[in-house]
Amino acid sequence: MRGLSKKKRVLTGKHFMLGNYAVVEGALAAGCDFFAGYPITPANEISERMAARMPAVGGKFLQGEDELCSIYALTGASLAGAKAMTATASAGFNYMQEGIGYAVAAEIPLVIVDVQRCRGENYATQSDVMQMRWAASGDYEMIVLAPSSVQELFDHTIKAFNLAERYRTPVIVMSETTIALMRENLVIPDEKDIEVINRTKPTVPSQEFVPFRADRDATPPLPDFGEGYRILHSLNPHDEWGGISWDPDVFEKMYDRIIGKIARHRDDIVETDGVFLDDAQIVLIAYGSESRPALDAVYQARGNGIKAGLLKLITVWPVPEKEIRAVAEQASVILAVEMNIGKYAGEIERASGGCCDVIRVTKNRGEIHTPDEIYAAIKGVRR
Amino acid sequence: MNKNPLIKYLREGSLPHFFCPGCGAAQVLNYFLQAADAVGLNFDKLVAIGGVGCTARIPVYLHADALHGVHGRTLPWATGIKLHNPDLHVVIFAGDGDAAAIGGNHLIQAARRNLDVTMIVVNNLNYAMTGGQVAPTTPEKLRTMTTPFGNAEPRFDLCKLVLAAGATFVSRWSTYRSGQGIQALKKALQHEGFALVEFVAQCPTNFGRRAFGSGDPVKGVQWIEERSVTIEEAKTLSEEALADRFVLGDFVDYKRPVFDGTSIMAQGRE
Repeated sequence: MRGLSKKKRVLTGKHFMLGNYAVVEGALAAGCDFFAGYPITPANEISERMAARMPAVGGKFLQGEDELCSIYALTGASLAGAKAMTATASAGFNYMQEGIGYAVAAEIPLVIVDVQRCRGENYATQSDVMQMRWAASGDYEMIVLAPSSVQELFDHTIKAFNLAERYRTPVIVMSETTIALMRENLVIPDEKDIEVINRTKPTVPSQEFVPFRADRDATPPLPDFGEGYRILHSLNPHDEWGGISWDPDVFEKMYDRIIGKIARHRDDIVETDGVFLDDAQIVLIAYGSESRPALDAVYQARGNGIKAGLLKLITVWPVPEKEIRAVAEQASVILAVEMNIGKYAGEIERASGGCCDVIRVTKNRGEIHTPDEIYAAIKGVRR
Repeated sequence: MNKNPLIKYLREGSLPHFFCPGCGAAQVLNYFLQAADAVGLNFDKLVAIGGVGCTARIPVYLHADALHGVHGRTLPWATGIKLHNPDLHVVIFAGDGDAAAIGGNHLIQAARRNLDVTMIVVNNLNYAMTGGQVAPTTPEKLRTMTTPFGNAEPRFDLCKLVLAAGATFVSRWSTYRSGQGIQALKKALQHEGFALVEFVAQCPTNFGRRAFGSGDPVKGVQWIEERSVTIEEAKTLSEEALADRFVLGDFVDYKRPVFDGTSIMAQGRE
């Protein structure tokens, strides 16, 4: 970490950087000023760099006594006005679900980076893809971004902060051992060219402010602790004033809005990328690092006259329903490429509505697919 | 009719509160307001925190910024708040289950770090909100809903625990000894560093009825008082004699640097 204590917040320029470090630089570029984490491989480089970078830019670094401490310290700091992030790996991500559920219900912006690993070991995997969405108890929508490179780890971390602030909700960056521990080129733009969104603050004095009042697809403004608004933030069902209520109407209305503020903005949130989709008959759908061998396989197929294409999911949650449906209506077959037992494939099948076959191309042995393996699956379809 | 002068500190429309008649936690809310009023606590800069449980409901009634609703995580919340904005005054209201069981490790670490918060523990010797189950603080041999023939576990002494971990203000009183308790709260609110005040409290509904066969709040207060000794009195008693006593008093009051994050800037070297 030599020299880092004197560096400024945004390290504009070209770098050859570790994926985990790119996450840190993305967070700083987005305005992160609070980090808490608990040691866990393969996410440690994020904490280590944060420990050097945070104090240098006037932020705070906390090594919590466990993941629960980390996630709740984030919620406290965020309500005090911080832009807060934690990083962990699958086993640690388990422990954080309680705090994520709280942040959803209390509408607290924060960013969680989960560098996925296999149970107990640091094998490459995408096996937490459903846990990202469904692990916390209760009803909620979750925003999850899936970077596939060091550059995207930087870019998507900024995006995650912007979405968290915009929608007052936790946002997850779904990293993987493959990209987290890889070094690649990274270009950090000028500070003025980086879009940074901050939460909206109340525009009326405290006597007139109703803290949880908003339309059913909207996000209410969020003042910081100590600004005189005196707001109760509870997990329990609460009315527009924040008061805990046992009225079923209050319960229903609260969750309708908390879910609606994301679900009804699905089109603003969802991002995908497409390659050769215009005329593709065989479409690969992949996310995260698996989109890289998938792209190679598509090029191989095109080189051999096979009309293959790739739909790369940048947002895995909410599900890019329309984009998947559009592909399903055009293609003869979808290959759902994943580094697990085939989990997200169920979502793809659902979103494609039976318009075409969905074939699962899975690999669950701690290794990323090779392009040849995926190309073989494409050729297998043609036979 | 004259209103209670302390009512101005309560959130409008939040009354009536949900505490049972004769509940010790409700008394501690009263003591806190008296202490806060006496030291002139600025409620605009107050963040009141409760986890889950009867005591954890206290912040719900306070007209201040407040956090509520997750069991045992009061101190991690407080840590994030204080690191980001040290000017805020964080007061935690925790039951014995919140503090000694599910949040036990957070308690040890916050005391070690000397996190600058006031932690008020209402120790009613059982899990009251869930119906009266045994707690780590329940005295031995007593009956609760999950110890129908008596408690086999030795009890936890929270004050000893945080003293050993490095807390810089530690005090224990009972709801009966309101004067001393309010004095201790005033000291804790003015203390810079980790301050813990424990109140041994009666729980007529869920503890008293099973532990000693009475749901009468007065009997509950008497039961605690009969087992209470001051620190001075405790010095004359054997370990054995102290086994079922509550030792009351100020245990420690000193200063050391407060927590401001794990990583400090390297001074003059990299």
